[in-house]
Amino acid sequence: MPAVAETLETVESLARSGYKFGFETTIDMDVAPKGLTEDTIRLISARKGEPAWLLDWRFAAFAAWRKMEEPRWARVHHTPIDYQDIHYYAAPKAKAGPASLDEVDPELLATYEKLGIPLKERAILAGVQGANVAVDAVFDSVSVATTFRATLAKSGVIFCPISEAVREHPDLVRQYLGTVVPVADNFFSALNSAVFTDGSFVYIPPGVRCPMELSTYFRINARNTGQFERTLIIADAGAQVSYLEGCTAPQRDENQLHAAVVELIALDDAKIKYSTVQNWYPGDAEGRGGIYNFVTKRGLCRGARSRISWTQVETGSAITWKYPSCVLEGDGSVGEFYSVAMTNHMQQADTGTKMIHIGRDTRSTIVSKGISAGKSDNTYRGLVRIGPRASGARNHTQCDSLLIGDRCGAHTVPYIESRNPSAKVEHEATTSKISEDQMFYCRARGLSQEDAVGLIVNGFCKEVLKELPMEFAVEAQKLLAVSLEGSVG
Amino acid sequence: MTVPMSRGEAGFLGRFEAERASLPGAPGPRAAAAEAFRALGLPGASSGRRAEAWKYTSLRALAEAGFAGSLSVAETDMAMVPRLAATRLVFVDGRFRADLSDPAPGIFGSARAPEFGPLAQPARDPLVALNTMLAEDGAAIEVADGDDAGVVQIAHLASAAAGQAIACHPRHLIRLGAGARLVLLETMSGTGRYLHNPVSEILLGPDAALSHLRLQEEADDAFHLATLYAELAARARYEAFTLNLGARLARTEIHARLAGPDGFVALNAAQLLGGAQHADMTTVVRHDAPRGASRQTVRSVLSGRARGVFQGRIEVARGAQKTDGYQRSQALLLSDAAEIDTKPELEIFADDVKCSHGATVGALDPEQLFYLRSRGVPEAPARAMLVRAFLDESLDAVTHKAARAALDAAIARAWEREAA
Repeated sequence: MPAVAETLETVESLARSGYKFGFETTIDMDVAPKGLTEDTIRLISARKGEPAWLLDWRFAAFAAWRKMEEPRWARVHHTPIDYQDIHYYAAPKAKAGPASLDEVDPELLATYEKLGIPLKERAILAGVQGANVAVDAVFDSVSVATTFRATLAKSGVIFCPISEAVREHPDLVRQYLGTVVPVADNFFSALNSAVFTDGSFVYIPPGVRCPMELSTYFRINARNTGQFERTLIIADAGAQVSYLEGCTAPQRDENQLHAAVVELIALDDAKIKYSTVQNWYPGDAEGRGGIYNFVTKRGLCRGARSRISWTQVETGSAITWKYPSCVLEGDGSVGEFYSVAMTNHMQQADTGTKMIHIGRDTRSTIVSKGISAGKSDNTYRGLVRIGPRASGARNHTQCDSLLIGDRCGAHTVPYIESRNPSAKVEHEATTSKISEDQMFYCRARGLSQEDAVGLIVNGFCKEVLKELPMEFAVEAQKLLAVSLEGSVG
Repeated sequence: MTVPMSRGEAGFLGRFEAERASLPGAPGPRAAAAEAFRALGLPGASSGRRAEAWKYTSLRALAEAGFAGSLSVAETDMAMVPRLAATRLVFVDGRFRADLSDPAPGIFGSARAPEFGPLAQPARDPLVALNTMLAEDGAAIEVADGDDAGVVQIAHLASAAAGQAIACHPRHLIRLGAGARLVLLETMSGTGRYLHNPVSEILLGPDAALSHLRLQEEADDAFHLATLYAELAARARYEAFTLNLGARLARTEIHARLAGPDGFVALNAAQLLGGAQHADMTTVVRHDAPRGASRQTVRSVLSGRARGVFQGRIEVARGAQKTDGYQRSQALLLSDAAEIDTKPELEIFADDVKCSHGATVGALDPEQLFYLRSRGVPEAPARAMLVRAFLDESLDAVTHKAARAALDAAIARAWEREAA
């Protein structure tokens, strides 16, 4: 049975059997006052029981951040963000959610219905109070946690919240944290480094193939880890891991700004596959509300023949600013980026990748599918850089855009820099719309207009969707159809 | 934030202050351009002068150099100017030379005041601001409705004497009336150390057709920074081909706007660079009306430590439905130290369009080389043959025979110089 389904079942059965302990969990009501100062950082660090080196590291990031300006090069427009008007430390569940499903926005429930999400799950996603705590408690409960932990521990895999890793595996964290995304890499990564509150830590020992797909979905306290998540994944020599991030149903999240940092490190012959389905709240049809998603994701193929593969399906967030990248340092290393970015209504997405070829015979593949509908703007922005040492490097890039309706925009901004004559770089981009012939064909066979669009869009994205782990792929397909609602006809 | 002035920037502004009273034409646009230049400066001149449009080309070397007035004391060597058409306008150091030219009705070398047309954007483009501030002369070509003006050559010759550095900023205005036709051949060459900073504004009436061939063979020590604006009315055709061979630093920036429906734009180019040359081809094609088509093929061959840049953007405005845009850039790197930077961009706001671009970078195909070698062709000629074949594919867009022959000869000269 697929791991996700298994978990769901476990959760469901626990809920059915009247697992009530969760209600007694003391809710941590800690909220730092608004604003960002060294005191805020000290408070976060103290709450997390961090060692002095990490506090210093945060201070260094904060000092760098204060000298930086918010980047303006992306094709996104938003009202200025007041960084002093944010709570940088708020313990989970501080806000009271709706008391029962009856109080939840019916539009949201209808969406869950279409995605085929179980009732219990819907309550969790909608943030219904009791359900939330109960399920968190279930996840927190020793039994469930230990099931996974025991399996993982047997093979030597470390998978825990990063705050715990700082305490339990300080040497590993210290050795790798910030080595792929340095603290002062960019404005949002510096901010994240200063104030990150939690995230995942994964270490796969040499030669180990991780026995299950790891997911934030499983992870204790994975939800509402806040706006500033920090993920660090290390695959030691010959290790392999597949990591899933995100959720496939829209989450009501009051946070406006998300600035996460994800660092991946692959040593010799290691393989990391990182899959994301991002469906944060996109705001309403008029563009009110929604998440600003400013994320720095980067993988370092440090070892020879290592491989890092990013797959993303981005349908949510009011603003997406995200460029999962690969630094191909090891000879013969491979980077891959498969992306579907869909925007509807007033959404804005500026996303793509960077493939930095440093080592010899490095290879990279980029497949990007952008779909714009409504009044949205969708930009692919990517860099392929071939360094002077990267003899025999290869890149192939395919960027396709699909426009649905005449009020949206689709843009492609690739940068290609080559400094090695034996390298070969190929880039192709196309822009098109759903043709009348395709629609006619589907409609003539009895499909409704929306189903026909859904089918055609899924076909357009097929190359990317097939890279997703199976459970994700099925839900991602439904998600694409749901996200397109109201964009045709 | 004020950015400290570089020597070059201060020099240009100083020259404007000294000469503003004697510069021809209305002073208003020049004063405004000077303000714009003061604010924009030369891209890359200092850390405060960075701009996305100039990501791959820095004018620091230009900013650090100093340029005197525009008049050279050197002898004019007309042998450097090929004669390609009966009607020929010759500019020496940016000034029209009636004594060397053969004008025709409507085709002026214009020793009058330079004409500032409606297309140039000095407030946005720093080199256009520089040109507007200091322009002294330029061609004025007007082809009346329905006329076919045949072939016209504009020859630019710069001749800086040893130890001298001159700057010239010619300003050209080309207007074709409804249904008018013209083949325009521009040749650019020179000796010594100089800056050639021309701005051309091209206005094409309905159904007008302009074929524009540009052969850039500036001196080894020259800066060539050309900006062209073209605007097309309904059904007009603008077909440009640029061959970049010379200059230590060259940038050709073309803005073409299809303002009326059913227009056609081709912006093709080839670059053959070696040594420490840097050549930048930057184009923006804007589709503002329905059913327009644009085509672009840019081929670069780079050896030595040469650096080639291609930035091409296709913009499709809302309402420009049925636009068909295609762009292809290909580069051959022949040496370890050569570099190519490519940025093909699509910016699309209409849904019923067909737009695509492709970019490739690589070396000479070893199999093709092997094929020729196995048939007894020695290494060097085999390589030359493949490079020529690569460039020829882009040159095939040039159908004017004399022009094609001139371009072929120029490539042969450049390749020989490269091989030597």
